[in-house]
Formats: sequence, C-alpha cells, structure tokens
Amino acid sequence: MADNSSSNAYWAANVRIILVSLVIWAVVSFGFGILLRPMLAGISVGGTDLGFWFAQQGSILVFLALIFFYAWRMNKLDREHGVEE
Amino acid sequence: MDQFTLNWIFIGASFLLYIGIAIWARAGSTSEFYAAGRGIHPVTNGMATAADWMSAASFISMAGLIAFTGYDNSSFLMGWTGGYVLLALLLAPYLRKFGKFTVSEFIGDRFYSPTARLVAVICLIVASVTYVIGQMTGVGVAFGRFLEVSNTTGLLIGAAVVFAYAVFGGMKGVTYTQVAQYCVLIVAYTIPAIFISLQLTGNPIPALGLFGEHTASGEPLLAKLDSLVEELGFANYTGHHGDTFNMVLFTLSLMIGTAGLPHVIMRFFTVPKVADARWSAGWALVFIALLYLTAPAVGAMARLNLITTVFPEGTASAPIDYEARPDWMATWEKTGLLSFEDKNGDGKIQWYNDGSDAFAATATERGWAGSELTVNRDILVLANPEIAQLPGWVIALVAAGGLAAALSTAAGLLLAISSAVSHDLIKGAINPNISEKGELLSARIAMAVAIVVATYLGLNPPGFAAQTVALAFGLAAASIFPALMMGIFSKRINNTGAVAGMLVGLLTTLIYIFLHKGWFFIPDTNSFTDADPLLGTIKSTSFGAVGALLNFATAFIVSNATKAPPQEIQDLVESVRIPRGAGAAVDH
Repeated sequence: MADNSSSNAYWAANVRIILVSLVIWAVVSFGFGILLRPMLAGISVGGTDLGFWFAQQGSILVFLALIFFYAWRMNKLDREHGVEE
Repeated sequence: MDQFTLNWIFIGASFLLYIGIAIWARAGSTSEFYAAGRGIHPVTNGMATAADWMSAASFISMAGLIAFTGYDNSSFLMGWTGGYVLLALLLAPYLRKFGKFTVSEFIGDRFYSPTARLVAVICLIVASVTYVIGQMTGVGVAFGRFLEVSNTTGLLIGAAVVFAYAVFGGMKGVTYTQVAQYCVLIVAYTIPAIFISLQLTGNPIPALGLFGEHTASGEPLLAKLDSLVEELGFANYTGHHGDTFNMVLFTLSLMIGTAGLPHVIMRFFTVPKVADARWSAGWALVFIALLYLTAPAVGAMARLNLITTVFPEGTASAPIDYEARPDWMATWEKTGLLSFEDKNGDGKIQWYNDGSDAFAATATERGWAGSELTVNRDILVLANPEIAQLPGWVIALVAAGGLAAALSTAAGLLLAISSAVSHDLIKGAINPNISEKGELLSARIAMAVAIVVATYLGLNPPGFAAQTVALAFGLAAASIFPALMMGIFSKRINNTGAVAGMLVGLLTTLIYIFLHKGWFFIPDTNSFTDADPLLGTIKSTSFGAVGALLNFATAFIVSNATKAPPQEIQDLVESVRIPRGAGAAVDH
C-alpha cells in the first residue's frame, strides 16, 4: 500500500529526529551538567567551570533550542510527506 | 504608607484582576469548560502553561534551596525544564491528534480497557491531590506572612479565591486568568532580581550577573561567594558534594514527572492543531526559562547578601550585634521561620557551619559556641527584596507574585481532578448516559470536594510541602508517563501489559516513599531514612525514575507473553502518529 509505506517512512524519520534530539538532551544535562563535569573543569566561566554553567543555565538554553528545532523540523517533515493539516 | 497596607493593595488588585477575567470568560458548553473550545493560540497557551507549571515550589522555594546548597541542587533547574523536551517530542503532538479531553481517556481507548482507564484515573487523582495540598500549604504561609493573619485564615481566604474562579470559570477562565498570573509572577520575580544584580554586579540581567564580576571586591561573583562560604566552614557553593548516582536519578525523576503530570499534559489539548501543540511546548519553556534562568542568580546573590548582612566587616571580623539587626530579620522572627539564639552570650550573631570538623578549631579560637542563626530556606525569595533594602512596593509585588504562583497551579490541578472525576469516572464508568448539564455539574461538585479535601489537608499537612510534591512527581513519573509513551511508540503493548505496568510503577514508588517518609506520612512509621536509604544511595525523592523503569519493563514482558492488541487499536496508533485530520477528531 503506497499510503502505508509513505507513513512508515514518515514515522521512521520522526523517530530518528527524536533519538538524535534526546541524545543531545541527555548529553547537556546528565553529561555536561553532572557526569562529565570533571572533564570540563579546565574551561572556566565567570569564576567557576563550564559544567556548573551547563547545570544551572546552559542545559535550559539547549532544551529550548531542541524543542523549537523539533517543531520546525517536524512541520517541514509533515509537508514533505503530505501529512500536514 | 506602611508595608502592610501596600501588601493589601497589591494582593487585592491582582485578585480583582483574576476574578474579573474569570467572570468575563465564563464557560458555557462542556467542551469549553474542559478545553476552552480548542481556540487558544500557542503563545497564550504557552504562557498559561508556564503559570500552571510554576507553583509555590518554583517561585518561593527553589531559589532558597539552591542558595543554601549551591551546585548540588541544580537538579531542580534541569529536572523541571528538561521534562518539557520529553513532553514536546514524545507526548504533546500525538495526544493532541488523538483529540480527546483527558489523559485517562487516551489510556482507556488505546489500551481498549475500562480497567486501564480506571487505574489511570486513580493515578491522576492521587498525584494531583497531593500536589494541591502542597500548594495550599504554600498559600497559607504566604498569606499569613504578608497579610499578617494566621496560617489558617490565610489558607481559607486562598481556598475561597481558587474555588471561585476555578469552579465558575472553567478552563477558559483559568487560561486567561493564568496569563494574567504569569505576568504578575514573572514581573514580581524579576524586578527585585534586577535591582540586586545591579547592586552587586552592575549588570541589569541577573542571569548574566551570576557569572559576572562582584563590583565591591573586583572578583567574579561566584569565586567571591565560594571564598565567603568556605571562610565560615560551609561546603563551597560551586562544588559537587552529593552522591552522583542519586543526583542523576533525582533529575531524571523530576523530568519524567514533569511530562507525566496531568494538568500540564491537558494544556496541549487546547491548541487548534498538532503543529501548534509542538510550538506550544516551546513557548511554555520560553516563559518558564525566564524564571528558571533568573532563579540561580537569585539564590547565589541572596546567599551573598545574607553573609554580608551578618558580617558587614568581612568574615574574619566580628558579626553584627543582635540589637543592630535589620528590620526584616525582626519581622521574620515573628513567623518563627528565622531565629536567633545567643549561645556564647556576646550579643552578636555568629552564623557558620558548626557541623564542620575542619572549622571547629577556628570557631573555638574566636570564642564561638555554635551557629546562632537559623534561616528557613523557604523564606529566602520572599525576604530577598527586604534583605537588599528595596522599596516597599517591590516587597508587596513579590507577595502578589508568590500567591499568583501558588493559586494558578492549584486551579489547574483542580481542573484536572474535576475532569478526571466527572468525565472519566462518572461518564466513563458509572453513568455513561449522563447529560451534558449533569456532567458539568458533577465536574463542579468534584472541584468543590477536591478543594475542601486539599484545604483540610493543607491545614494539617501530611508532611512538609516538599515531601508531598516529591510524591506527586514520583507517582506521575512511575505511572502515567510510561503508559502514555508506550501507547504511542509501541503497537505491541496491550491492555494487560499496560495495566500491570502502571500498577507495578505506582505501587513500588508509593511503597518506597512510605518506607522512608512514614506510612501515609504518619511520623515515626518509617523503616528507613533518606540519609540511609533502603537501596544503595537512592533517596525516596529519586525513586520515580526507578518506578518508571519497572513500569516499562513489566509492560513489555507481560505484553509479549499475552495476545497482541486487535487490528483496530493498531490502526488507532497509526492514526495518532500522523498529524492530518486532527481537527475532525474534536467532538465525540
């Protein structure tokens, strides 16, 4: 069924975008903010290190960018696959 | 004009505004009552979601927790914002496409089982009611302090106001009221922070001032704060001191809990299109981030101001005399949330870490006999403008903002509870033939009952507000979020698997919390403490993430051992994944 294969491709593309986004989501918060903080200790930001900045502000800014990127990318994907409203 | 009158004017004016909006936007049909006729613009919806989401915990409590612990409490910042990524990517667009009113309706339909719907309703009601109790407690404390009435009176006034606009306005009233509340609370949070940031760093943007230079000393602000707290024997502000594994789990629990709380998810049913649901989550986080980027600055600057207030000549010199203390200390002493005990009888306020062995020698040498100042963490944001000696109207504004935060969340949760009871419990299970009028009436009765219960429990809280809120998050994370996510991303999860998963997640989390906090929060019935938890370093507040994992695993195993969902359910999942046709699915 042509319809079905198109929607399968759409869904696979969506899942791929979600996975990439969630990897970034985890790396900036659990990674840079907590687990990888010792690795970033050498990079100083305003009296402390980059890990502290990621934990208190940086991760929030990345979260924002991720959600807007996803909304923009998915709305584009909807049109590419002809499933937009 | 004295401070008391100013507080009354600001709080009174903001309330008149909220009630006025609620009356102006009175709901007619059931569809309007629950989902505001689905005519809400994404930016408006984002702002209302932000007000809904940011409760007394975000406004009043969070910056204080960060101030006293520093880096280790970053979990709140990452957890309560990171959940929106999960919501935007994994839930919001699909639930909007599904096009029903409530979260449990989705679970009931997707898992083709009234039992699944009932279990979901129970999870939602338990999580929401416990969350409202925390808010009502916050309302009582804030009213009590600023109106200088007792906690009980403050709570009753707050309950009456929430009842009035939530019951008579429905969600449309709540949506526009919450837009007004967002404006009040963000202005109230930011203005004192801007003043304080200017005083300390010369930078008008607090979020940048945090990483700027402390003008009085010429050092970076955070370096200055680190050295000040270390000079008093406290753990340094920017360092990592707690258990790493527990911090990761706690952050994850808050994130998943955020994406599983019904009053936030319901917001995404109110936008016109699937594309709008995606944007809406982003706008919500924009408005939330305005406060969350400021909060760590508020915390760090308040801690610094507090130290320099007590030690005006520097931490190596003598602290201030008790008799010469600023007025705000005297005011807060009346509430009992700030106290002074002159342990060495010298009439001065020694404030340091008397639990530090390394600092004990210095303290003895200086003739200090223990820390003499006790400051409750929850007063810090409310006392912040007073500490920085800002004008009276700023203090009154913060009072109005704190109340807006607590009331808006309480109203949103009440709406989630009332629709769960009337729509899912009564119409879905008890009496499917109920008229629209009857359904609306039962929604309002449910709301009234919920507020009476919450007010009663708020008067006699089962524990600290933070404990109750932790329970709400843990429950939402362990029960609702996994069921919703699997319902969308897997066609194989069936009715038996979903019900088993939700029950396992809910019960393990509930039992783990009760084991550490006492059964039904009754004191001294706990077998373990969070200082020495049952499982390794996992505190009861962090268990939600484990509960969610157990939910996923159980649902997966049970579903694979039982029959696959019927074809029409697999088709339903297929249709939820495609945005086209969302408009048509509105009525049912």
